[in-house]
Amino acid sequence: MTDAKSPGYRPRDWSQHPPYLSPEYKSTVLRSPRKPLVPMKASLSELTGPVFGHESLDALDADLTRNGRVNGEPLGERIIVTGRVLDEDGRPVPNTLLEVWQANSVGRYVHKWDQHDAPLDPNFFGAGRCATDENGRYRFISIKPGAYPWRNHHNAWRPAHIHFSLFGPSFVTRLVTQMYFPGDPLLPLDPIYNGVPEGARERLVSRFSIDVTEPEWALGYEFDIVLRGRNETPTEG
Amino acid sequence: MLKQTASQTVGPYFAYALTPQSYGRVGLGSSTMVDQETRGERIRIEGRVFDGTGAPVVDAVIELWQANAAGRYRHPADTRDHVEIDPHFTGFGRTGTDGQGQYWFDTVKPGALGDGQAPHVNVTVLARGMLSHAFTRLYFDDEAGANAEDALLQSVPADRRATLVAKRVETGGGVAYRFDIHLQGDDETVFFDA
Repeated sequence: MTDAKSPGYRPRDWSQHPPYLSPEYKSTVLRSPRKPLVPMKASLSELTGPVFGHESLDALDADLTRNGRVNGEPLGERIIVTGRVLDEDGRPVPNTLLEVWQANSVGRYVHKWDQHDAPLDPNFFGAGRCATDENGRYRFISIKPGAYPWRNHHNAWRPAHIHFSLFGPSFVTRLVTQMYFPGDPLLPLDPIYNGVPEGARERLVSRFSIDVTEPEWALGYEFDIVLRGRNETPTEG
Repeated sequence: MLKQTASQTVGPYFAYALTPQSYGRVGLGSSTMVDQETRGERIRIEGRVFDGTGAPVVDAVIELWQANAAGRYRHPADTRDHVEIDPHFTGFGRTGTDGQGQYWFDTVKPGALGDGQAPHVNVTVLARGMLSHAFTRLYFDDEAGANAEDALLQSVPADRRATLVAKRVETGGGVAYRFDIHLQGDDETVFFDA
């Protein structure tokens, strides 16, 4: 384990993250590292990391209902997804980039390997980016993704989800996760969701918000993300 | 204190977002980390990713983070102003493995940081079937002296150290370093609790 007193970031909290081996999710069986992770102290290599923020964005990146448009609006239920990116001490993580990707409204991805017998939407490619503001808040517009079948086990269906990828302030704050939707009946059956320890997995489910919802236009969901915090409180400048 | 948000797998269908070059889109990072004016020794880092049976992992994402040829990171936490930033090098690369589990990056050999660590590249591995990503490091086999002084590398059990050391090969196109990644098995790559 990382020395909790060393400068840098708090260790990955394995009480919150899924273990590499989670046999109900069959692909983990041969792809899970089995030897113990080697502890390391943070050096400059772990205190730095790729820096991406607002300067990496194009105008339509945060609107998935427009960035793939060819001849009309994508089909499906329009949604607004927003939330804050915070560290473990509740401090906002400002100007940090989020990459998101998802299936379309009927559960089909734009990907050469996705053979699910559901239609592609010519006006939706299901990928976007946004960045947090000074309060750590992000927001993007999309279409509610559909469930889709996969071959993990008989009659296996993934619950509707949106993939999120974040770098945060350093190489070690990297996080790739998935956001789910409240009340999805597939959640208790999903080995990927259930790979996360109980108590932690529930925080991957977004909250419906009537305040975020915009009249006559789109339903709102809130999803906050917590990245690793600093070991020491940085000096306030 | 708030709890860290749980990791989830990158899944199989990340390409349109993370490695969209094959769809004619521009991603955040790519296999080509240099342009004509980047300073330093041009190298290619290449290898394959394998699962526990030795089968290629054809849907992994590999990300690199490294210092420039002078040993400076392009990040506000690297405050060593006496070491020059290279405006033609961000230090970040990202690619997906191909149908044979292969990946490559065109980059420069990183300089030493001057803190006793041997020159190295920081590597993140993500894939379908990995619910959490894995961190490793690439060291260079022609830096034997520096590697012998690197405290982290020397903290790794001797019989596993070689999994972190890329092998220099001369190719028709220039210098390449071979760095295979084994997610599991007898040759399992050393992953760090970074």
